[in-house]
Amino acid sequence: MQPSSRSKREGSPWTGLWAVFFKEMTDHLSSTRMRILEVLILLSAVGAVYAGAQTLRQTISEDPFLLLRVFTAAQDPLPSFIAFLSFFLPLAAIALGFDAINGEYNRNTLSRILAQPIYRDALLWGKFLAGLATLALILLALFLLVVGLSLIFLGVPPSSEEVARALLFLLATLAYTGVWLGIALVSSVLFRSAATSALTAIAVWLFFALFWGIISQLLAQAVAPLDPFDPESQLRQAEALLAFSRISPNTLYAEAIQALLNPGVRSLGPVLISQLEGALLGAPLPLGQSFLLAWPQLTGLIALTLLLFALTYVLFQRREVRA
Amino acid sequence: MVIETRGLTKRYGKVVAVDGLELSIEAGEVYGLLGPNGSGKTTTILMLLGLTEPSAGTVRVLGFDPAREPLSLKRQVGYLPDSVGFYGEMTAWENLAYIARLNGLPRALAQQRMERVLERMGLAEVAQRPVSTFSRGMRQRLGLAEVLLKEPKVVILDEPTLGLDPEAAQEFLKMIQGLKNEGITVLLSSHLLHQVQAICDRVGLFHQGKLVLEGRVEELAQRVLGGAYRIRLEATPLEGLAERLRALPGVSQVQTDAAGLKLEAQQDIRPQVAQVVLEAGATLQSLLLEQPSLDEVYARYFQEVRHAA
Repeated sequence: MQPSSRSKREGSPWTGLWAVFFKEMTDHLSSTRMRILEVLILLSAVGAVYAGAQTLRQTISEDPFLLLRVFTAAQDPLPSFIAFLSFFLPLAAIALGFDAINGEYNRNTLSRILAQPIYRDALLWGKFLAGLATLALILLALFLLVVGLSLIFLGVPPSSEEVARALLFLLATLAYTGVWLGIALVSSVLFRSAATSALTAIAVWLFFALFWGIISQLLAQAVAPLDPFDPESQLRQAEALLAFSRISPNTLYAEAIQALLNPGVRSLGPVLISQLEGALLGAPLPLGQSFLLAWPQLTGLIALTLLLFALTYVLFQRREVRA
Repeated sequence: MVIETRGLTKRYGKVVAVDGLELSIEAGEVYGLLGPNGSGKTTTILMLLGLTEPSAGTVRVLGFDPAREPLSLKRQVGYLPDSVGFYGEMTAWENLAYIARLNGLPRALAQQRMERVLERMGLAEVAQRPVSTFSRGMRQRLGLAEVLLKEPKVVILDEPTLGLDPEAAQEFLKMIQGLKNEGITVLLSSHLLHQVQAICDRVGLFHQGKLVLEGRVEELAQRVLGGAYRIRLEATPLEGLAERLRALPGVSQVQTDAAGLKLEAQQDIRPQVAQVVLEAGATLQSLLLEQPSLDEVYARYFQEVRHAA
């Protein structure tokens, strides 16, 4: 047979995917770092629910979305459950992914594994999916824990719409976690040393968590300077600020869950007085409308995850097996 | 031909790691890819397995193109890398089970084969121990067990004796020889020429990415060492023997050293030598035909190359 660039690669790229998936999942679930993460997340869940419930007990007004309040309510000094999640989950994702590929190099196992009848695709997909499945498992456990605890603390069963919103919130959170798993995977391919890879991923996380807000403010000021005699320039600057800050997955996630968990939210951008004409302020939106509001943010998060995975894929396919 | 390459070349930037390699290995052969570190042996092996892409040339292993049909190829070719690593926190059994799953072996068959290869490599007792507690020699044997798990037609071993103590190395080489008896084609690379020369049917000597010498060890010795038979002789007294032996037809060199005499001749003239010694009235203590060593062949060859340059 003549070699030609047109002849197709034989077999399925998924051969061996499940073998890799289950092995990685077993590794994750039995690893020490998982134990540490579990303890941290458990503590944060209990703390958040307790704080939320304390706040809620003091409110006496009728609220049809009590369960959702548990997720969002904060009581000093404890932050809300979602604040905990958006803080811890990137760290958990990085902890599971930072040594995915370079770990195989460092243990000298990569050439042995790739000498088996599988494609590199299977190895990468298996690792990514195992990481995501592990995170989904943590998330689901955490979620059920919070719902169960809040039932005990509050004694009010959630309505079906609340449950639907909470599940969508779970989906958004998983997409957000996927982004950080993608970042961790990219750095595990880029850097041969596991420590460098972990530090890089954490640096990216810190950058978006702490500095991107300041930077997007500066950028917005530069792009749309404030003119004291032009009230429209204020709107332009606000819109520019929003556009820049939406580059960060943290902003996308925060906006998505704001729309999903707070039925009263009607817009995620600046709203003009004229647009509010005829609106019943504070009246909850139906689920479909809230979902529509969060849709761009949700797709943004999923697209970002896929983009990062594709980048890892390209980098890894070109990488030499030998150090 | 089990392994065949045509004009196989690999360049890393400006560095040419493998240069126009023409390799043909027949079924059932033990072929030694020999040469110093960095001469392109590992790169060649990776190209044979499709783990790295050739810059030019073609490769066929069992008739498969590693770039296009890697799955069929890797199902029948076992590979033991030079620094073999395992998942240290997993047991030997679990490590093998993972490889069996990657090969898509059904559970019952995998179990049966795993028991067999562990037994054969003498690892049955330690199968449930984490690999991190294994010695270098045990890891190497586990690596060979893993290679045998897929019952390969071709086995490629990169520096199989590296880092093993002499006894373990000999034992490991014996295991490799056992593969030949089962009809498995073996390609092994090494920079320790004297260690592997005994088990190789044919060897190819690498130098700076080129295959400079190829053939059976004796043939190479013949070619490079000038077709010399080297005869070592111990006798007392030695006086006068050197002159008499030099007079024998076909003798090109006679050297005296502390242990006795060393002759180089064009033929095996041991009977004549014995006769000369006895005629001289000396007692013959030993008369040996020395096996040519690959190290010597290699050293001599490059001496000549340097002289020619």
